[in-house]
This record gives sequence, C-alpha cells and structure tokens, in this order.
Amino acid sequence: MKGMTIIVKTISSWVKVLIILFGIYIILFGHLTPGGGFAGGVILASSYVLLMLAFGGEFVKKDLPLSLVSKLDCLGAFMFILIALLGLVFGGVFFANFLFEKYGQPLHLLSAGTIPFSNIAIGLKVGASLFLVIYSLSICCKAGELDSH
Amino acid sequence: MSIPLPVFIAIPLATAFLLPMFGKRGKDAATIVANLATISLLILAIGCIGKSGVYEIGKWPIPLGINLVLDGLSSLVLLVISVVAAAVMLFSAGYMEQYTAKAKYLSLFLLMVAGMNGVVLSGDIFNLFVFLEIASLASYALVGFGCGHEELEASFKYTVLGTIASIFVLFAIGMVYGNTGALNMAYISKAIQSSGLNAGLSFALALFIVGFGLKAALVPFHAWLPDAHPSAPAPISAMLSGVLIKSLGVYALARVVFNVFGVSLEVGWLLIVLGILSMVAGAFLAIGQWDIKRLMAYSSISQIGYVVLGIGLGIMLLARDANPAWASLAILGGLFHLANHAVYKSLLFLTSGSIEMATGTRQLKEMGGLARRLPFTRTANAVASASIVGIPPFSGFWSKLILVMAAVQAHYYWIAAIIVFVSLCTLIMYLKVQRYVFLGELPENLQDVEENGGSMLVAMIFLTCLCVLMGLIVLVPGMRNSILEPAVRVLTDGLKYSDIVTAM
Repeated sequence: MKGMTIIVKTISSWVKVLIILFGIYIILFGHLTPGGGFAGGVILASSYVLLMLAFGGEFVKKDLPLSLVSKLDCLGAFMFILIALLGLVFGGVFFANFLFEKYGQPLHLLSAGTIPFSNIAIGLKVGASLFLVIYSLSICCKAGELDSH
Repeated sequence: MSIPLPVFIAIPLATAFLLPMFGKRGKDAATIVANLATISLLILAIGCIGKSGVYEIGKWPIPLGINLVLDGLSSLVLLVISVVAAAVMLFSAGYMEQYTAKAKYLSLFLLMVAGMNGVVLSGDIFNLFVFLEIASLASYALVGFGCGHEELEASFKYTVLGTIASIFVLFAIGMVYGNTGALNMAYISKAIQSSGLNAGLSFALALFIVGFGLKAALVPFHAWLPDAHPSAPAPISAMLSGVLIKSLGVYALARVVFNVFGVSLEVGWLLIVLGILSMVAGAFLAIGQWDIKRLMAYSSISQIGYVVLGIGLGIMLLARDANPAWASLAILGGLFHLANHAVYKSLLFLTSGSIEMATGTRQLKEMGGLARRLPFTRTANAVASASIVGIPPFSGFWSKLILVMAAVQAHYYWIAAIIVFVSLCTLIMYLKVQRYVFLGELPENLQDVEENGGSMLVAMIFLTCLCVLMGLIVLVPGMRNSILEPAVRVLTDGLKYSDIVTAM
C-alpha cells in the first residue's frame, strides 16, 4: 500500500485543488445552475478519494483530519436544521424561505433566499459524511496486513 | 395550533447533531442536554393531548408540499414515545457509563426519537418512509453499540431484515404512486375511494403489510427481534421493544390500512391470524429461554400479537358492518395495550439492565436470591411482571379485559379463550424470572452485589408508578375521552381521514 508513482502523486495533489474549487462552485451556484449541495458535496469528497488512491493506505491512516471531518459532518446537519428553525422564527413556518422577500430576485448571484445557505449546509454534510464512508471502507484490509502495521 | 408540530422532529434532530461537537470532555454536559431534550419533548407531547391540526412545511400547500398531521392516534403514540424516551434517557445517563463514546450513543438515541416522531406525525407517505429509515438506521447502529461478536452479528441480521422491510415499503409506495399519482396520504385515500382498488394497489397493500409486519416483528417475520433485543444495551432494548416496533410497525400499519386503503375482511382476518400466531408462538418460545433479555424479547413478540389482534378484530368487525361499538372496543383494547406494553416492557428491560449491571450476567441459572440485594429493581420487576401478566389493579389487566370483552361481545369466544390462555403462558414465563432471579439461594459470587442508584433508580420508579396508574386512563372518563377515544375515533372513521385532513 505504498501508493502510485511520483507522477501520479504530484499531478493528483495539484488536481485536488481544482476539484475542490469545482465542488465549491457547484455548491455555491446550486440555486442557479444544475447541481447543488449534494452534487457539490460528492465532488468535494471525491477529491480526497483521488488522494487516497494516489498515496495509498499509509497516507489514509496518518494524514487525515478525521475528528475535524466528523465535526464538519455534524455542523452541516446542524446548520440545515438551524436554517429551518430560523424560518420558524422569522417566517412563522418551519422551513419558510424568510430571506426570499429581500434576496429573491431571479438571475442574481444572491437570489432564492435561504436556498444557497441550505446548499452550503448540505454540501458540508454530504462531503464530510461521504468522505467518512469511503474512509471506513478503505481501512478494511486483510487480517494479516493488520498485524504488520 | 399553539405548538408548531415540526419541533417534535427539530428538537431531537438538532440536539443529536449538537452533541458530538461537545467532544470527549463534555460528556456530562452532553448527558444533561440530551435529557433536557427528551423531557421538553415529553412536556410538548402532553401539551398536544386532545389537539389536532395540519402543518404545512415551508408554507407549501398540499399536495405540492409536505404536511405533518396531528390527530388523536398521532398524539397518543407521540405521548407514548415521549414518556418512554424520557425515562429511558434518564436510565441511560447512569447505565451508559459502562460504555465508551457516550456522546455518540446519545446522538444516535435522539436520531431514533426524531425518526419515530416523524413517522407518527408525517401526513405524507414518502416522508413516513424517510423517517422510518432514519429511526431504523439509528437503531441498527445502536443494537451493535457494544461492538462485540454477538452484538455485531445481531446488528447485521437486524440490518439485513430491516432493509428488506424498508425495500418492501418503498416498493409499495412506488406502486401506490404509480397507480394514484399522489404521495400525500389524504390524496392517495381520495384517489383510492374514487377509483377503487385495482390489482396493483392490492399488491401494494400486501407489500405494506409485509414491510410493516417485519418492522413490528409479527411472527412469520420475527427472526431479527430475539437476537437484536438481547444484544443491544438495556436502554436500547427498552426503546426497541417499547416504542420502535410499535411506531414503525403497528402505527404505520394501522394508519395505512384504516385511513389510506380502507378496511376489508381479508386484511382483518390476516391481521387476526398474524396476531394470534405471534401471541401463541412468542409465548411458547419465551417460556423455554434461559437468557433474561431473550425471554423478554420473545415476550415482546407475544405482546405485539395482542395489539395486532385488537386492531385486526376492529378491522374485521368494521368490514363486516357489525355493531360499531364492538369494533371501537376492540381497537380501544389494542391501542391501550400498545400504550401499556410500551410502559411495562420498557420497565422490564430497564430492570434487566439493572440486574445485568449489578451481576454481570444475563443467564437465569447463574442468578438467584437477588431480592435482598436489589430491592428496588425487584419491586419494579414484580410490578411490571404483574402488569404484563394482567393481575387486576395493574395496567395490563385493563387492556386485556377490554380485548376479551370485545371478543366475547362479537361472539368470537375462541379468540377470548386464546387471549386468556396466552396470559397464563405469560404468567409462567414471568414467574420463572421471579423464581430464578429474585428468589432461591444467592450464589457465592453474587454475595456483595450492589443496586445502582441515581438516575437509573429514578427512571425505574417513574415507570413503576405509571404501571400502577395507567389503569386510570381507561377508568377515568375524562382521561379516556381526551387520550384514548380520539385515537380510536381516527381508526373507526377510516377513510373520512382524507376529508378531515384536507379540511383542516
């Protein structure tokens, strides 16, 4: 599990940045273009999958900020409920789009009210939890390998 | 509507995602916050008694949007869930100190509560499925919480069977949507009333019965329960047996059969047969068990049979156009037994947890003479056993009496005889628990076991008091009319549900 050649490693650590950027773009423009929180979150998670594939098992075991990702996972879900509850407080109804009156003009970057914020929360949640799912799959190995570590 | 209905889902969900952020050091703070969440849910649920209403999420009108419906049946089951969840959460505060990762446990527990509340409140069948999955997934993880060999095996078995159940429900929802073009239960019901049942819808109903029957652990579908209940930590066994199989299984089944598809003779007889099978088989299997929690798990199957029998009898009598008072009585018996069983079975599992924590074993043969060492646990266990067997002043007696009365009034004497016979079997199995755990000789290695005090004791005393007082719900007319009668009326009204919901 030493990972791939240096070419792959170098390229994938460059490409990682682009993939993360693309994921953020998909999340932030979710209310305007195809995509959204879920799709963007999957793209964010896939950037780390690329690193896992390129750098191999050692990297996965050592260099990942697992407790941070786990906290982000909870934070995403919590933000989503918070937005719904803010709708209850300001709009009178659970999940009410209370920003729509102010920021609801179509074809603007800031439009659709609370939807972009919900997208960010979902992106965080999906990205972090999918990353954890893939991590959990990758720590499985043969019984013999476990002893050698 | 004074109480916004989504708080029943939002409070446990928000707390569940807040707790893991407390980290390892904030364990006590997390416990307090989790307990506050369940207690506030209990207060809100008490506030919902006798109320009804529809809540449209995000101001989207039905059938475009998602709606939450509170009616008599919902508020009854909501109250049962909240009472048991509050008591069990209090018990967990002490009991779960044995395990690591307590914050994760509390988080999963609250997710399960959120899922169950969602199932009970949802007026939209696809959302019902989503909440059903939330509650089920949390419970799969909780069953395997000990991470030992036995726990993981039970959890895997439960996951496989639970997922099969979910798939059945999902397929049924797909077929219903294909045939009616609606996902809102009120609109599905209207579409079925105007066009009648076709082959696809009948098949969907069969799939619903299998799916929810698996969740409720009725007898041909019960294989997961006797493994899952003993392996889970005791508070989780109490939740699974006390409310999960009821809200996900029996409540959803009753809602779909009575309010969406409408009653029919075939479904009524099917549920009666499933109920009787569960009662008899569960009781016979329970008597032979030597593991205290496994015995109680089989007894759960037997007791859920009573609930389904009552509901099935109600469906059959309604479909036959018999005297409506008989059907009401049968359904009243079933629903009251549901509430009673939630209280005394969760108390029984909590006492089993207390015994296991004190002695370190679940095997009946390794215990004995614990009455002196664990006086409070013994009292709680005796009261709960008396309730489940049906000894007069305690709660179980009244619900069984109502079921027997309903069966006799409807001239099904053999059903009444089976109810009494299974009660005798129940008496045998709980006398066995009393005999082997609390009476007899105290073994050498258990000479100095200590009762666990604090929150665990408070939770057990709370449920013990409820066991004694539950009879009042049916005896005092005011309480019966505000808690039980509205729930019965929702079911006997049947297809009028759709008009009531769309008019609200």
